[in-house]
Amino acid sequence: MEISMTVNGMHKTVSIADENTPLLWVVRDTLGLKGTKFGCGKAACGACTLHVDGEAVRSCSYPVKFAEGKDVTTIEGLGDRENPHPVQQAWIDEVVPQCGYCQPGFMMATAALLNKVSKPTDEDIDNNIINVCRCGTYYRMRKAIHKAAELHSKKEIYESKEL
Amino acid sequence: MADKGNDSKKTSRRKFLIKGGLGTVGVVAIGAYIFRNPIRRELLGFANSLEAPYTDNTDKPMMWFEVTKINEILLHSPKMEMGQGTFTGIAQMAADELSVSMDQIKVVHAASSTGNVDSFATGGSTSISGLWEPLRELAAMLRVMLIKEAARKMNVGIDELSVENGIISAKGKSLTYALAAEGVENWEIPDVPALKDIKDYKFIGKPVPRVDLDAKVYGNPIFGMDAEMPGMLYGAVVRPSKIGSTFVSADISAAEHMPGVVKIIVEDDFVGVVANSMMEAEHAKNAINVTWGNYGDLDTAAIKNMMTVGNGNSTTIQKNGNAFGEDDDFEILEFRSPIGAHAQIEPNGVVASVDGDSATIKISTQVVSITRKEVAKRLGLDTEKVNIVPTYLGGGFGRRLHTPHAVQAAVMSKAVGKPVKYFFSRKEEFQHDMFRPPTHHIIKGKLNSEGFLDTLEHEFVSGDVATDSALIPNFLTNFLGADVGAIRGGFIQYTAIPNFRAVYWHVVLPFATSWWRSLGLLANTFAMESFIDEMAIKAKKNAVEFRIGQIGESPIDVRLKNVIKAAAKKANYHEEVINGRAMGFAASIDANTPCAQVAEVSIVDNEIVVHKVTVAMDPGLAVNPDQIRAQCEGCVIMGISAVLYEEMFVENGELTPTIYGPYQMALMKNAPKEIDVVLLQGKDTPGAVGEPPLGPIGAAIANAVRRLTGERLTELPLKLSKTV
Repeated sequence: MEISMTVNGMHKTVSIADENTPLLWVVRDTLGLKGTKFGCGKAACGACTLHVDGEAVRSCSYPVKFAEGKDVTTIEGLGDRENPHPVQQAWIDEVVPQCGYCQPGFMMATAALLNKVSKPTDEDIDNNIINVCRCGTYYRMRKAIHKAAELHSKKEIYESKEL
Repeated sequence: MADKGNDSKKTSRRKFLIKGGLGTVGVVAIGAYIFRNPIRRELLGFANSLEAPYTDNTDKPMMWFEVTKINEILLHSPKMEMGQGTFTGIAQMAADELSVSMDQIKVVHAASSTGNVDSFATGGSTSISGLWEPLRELAAMLRVMLIKEAARKMNVGIDELSVENGIISAKGKSLTYALAAEGVENWEIPDVPALKDIKDYKFIGKPVPRVDLDAKVYGNPIFGMDAEMPGMLYGAVVRPSKIGSTFVSADISAAEHMPGVVKIIVEDDFVGVVANSMMEAEHAKNAINVTWGNYGDLDTAAIKNMMTVGNGNSTTIQKNGNAFGEDDDFEILEFRSPIGAHAQIEPNGVVASVDGDSATIKISTQVVSITRKEVAKRLGLDTEKVNIVPTYLGGGFGRRLHTPHAVQAAVMSKAVGKPVKYFFSRKEEFQHDMFRPPTHHIIKGKLNSEGFLDTLEHEFVSGDVATDSALIPNFLTNFLGADVGAIRGGFIQYTAIPNFRAVYWHVVLPFATSWWRSLGLLANTFAMESFIDEMAIKAKKNAVEFRIGQIGESPIDVRLKNVIKAAAKKANYHEEVINGRAMGFAASIDANTPCAQVAEVSIVDNEIVVHKVTVAMDPGLAVNPDQIRAQCEGCVIMGISAVLYEEMFVENGELTPTIYGPYQMALMKNAPKEIDVVLLQGKDTPGAVGEPPLGPIGAAIANAVRRLTGERLTELPLKLSKTV
């Protein structure tokens, strides 16, 4: 069957034998976007977190059929070197990653959080950022999340002035 | 500065090889660094102060550097990047001696076809310390070689030339390294030049940002799981869920004809399936009916029984003065630690392509040479024809010191004549991990009239860590008499005590146990530093003064005392309970790096909460202080995870749990809000960083709980026995 969705701003139609195939594998193997990671396959670690219509979703357990007609954003679409997302800029400023494997999932979860809670408290962070990092980068991540919130609000002010 | 006393430490001139034509202007392949045998030392004492040197393959010339057309230097790293920051540290070292900017150094993993492969492993916190001298020497030699060529081309004297940012200049003229190297066929090989003065380094010693930051923040496909090969198929391997299972037979009739299945492979030691897609391979795998034999119905209690001091064989690893006599009075405590899983987030995976008499393997591995030899042996290939192409590791932690999946993927690829990709499910990761072995410790101590220890004994038992692994074959363990991994941290560091003894007991478990970041250090230090704290309380002494008073005067002893004092001072260590919080103190030496920690703890809803950890560590010269801090922070949090939450069980012969969550690990909410790191420099060369900070954390937390509640917790993971 065919599934149509918007991925990182581009219209994509994929043909897939099993409509229950997790969105993760369609993104990684059919569309070749490897930034979204496989960690556990049971929505337990969050390495596969991406956005569907702006909401953080653990894509290893999200059948691709549910993405029909929706707007999917992966780490590749969050920002790039020329125009980093505030979360990515904060991650760079705080030198967060170690092995780096879980980091796209954390950055996507954080970006989704900032869309809802522009100035998250430590408690907000504890309750919403529940992915697993084995290297133990949580300490720097927390600093980066607060910094991202600052950059995010500055960016919003800047962008609203532009308009 | 680096010790230049030993000839064998100098870069060999004879081993230099220069070649060109690999698509870059000047390809400079620089020769081998003489093998320095890490075993020829004081055997067991050495094992605990392990500072293994870099060991390369002396048979073949090795490509370290390439000078590219755009005037960048490619540095082919023999060490893998698994998060520890080695790529950044070695880029700093090379950039400084080559006189280029950080932007001009690009670090890549050396593939085994280039020859620059560490014959041992990436592990043991040795990458920076081991490469410190050889890499800077090789970079300096390349700089001199390029300057000589530039002098010839520019027709000026060498002494008139200066170099900055990879541009060689004199009298208003200049030449890039790339142009200096262009067309050169017969390089003049210089003697090893004098290295620059450390104070003149621009990057070494500075908190340079990680060189892999962009790739990791923008989601580049750099990991083993991201690797692909054209036309590749997907494989899966059937694994038993019961401990001890041996393969009897397989019924493949149902799976054989399933959609997408290309081939089912039945070998003596595994059954694999190759299919057109990953999902098809997984479905077919589940339809293969394997009969397993020999498994039992072990449980956690049976494993604990096995893992008890007095079982197995013992080796006295340290002895001073007299042991306890039968009639002596002493304090005694027993401690236990559980089975621990690596739980690295990137599953083990591999893409293998076997084509005739050669093979290419893309893989996250800590043991390129061993992976290569194992694949060559199984397939009957010439080792030279097996090219291991290492990727970034989505966590190492010792898990990737074992790569039998590379062999299985190669066998499957050979069977179907196409590249095959295959990786572990999370359940397979948890059930077929090479676990941190459980341990049991009995510690006895007796105070003298001044309230210091008169006698101290540590007896501990562990499953295999290094024993019978590909890295340390069994015969060597027999020769050494003790498992060099399990005894890490098992030595008594209070050597001013008149009488002490450490005895290691070795028990072989029915499932695989092996290297887990810091090896025996985590459990051994938890036990010993908890006991020391209890004795300080009994002696009515301050825990810091009690420790300092019993440490000797050797250089490492002095460094240990310095980190203890620094941690106590920085944390403002005290033994009061203030606003429901208490502090706990602990210290350890691992791989010649002393580390002390203070944990600030409270009890919230009957759970232990760690608010702040202060770390003082002396890793010697800090090549990148920011990344050393990152390793301290990471070890503190991974340590909190291991000592407060993590535990594997054995039920009905199966290892369990098999998923994150039930295998509880520290999350964001469990990480301390404050981690304060103080770095000391007690020696002038870089030392171990990536594991030593895992030592003190368990006891530091347990000791804080003791001060807070009066309860002495003796078993990991730490759980309060009563409601507080």
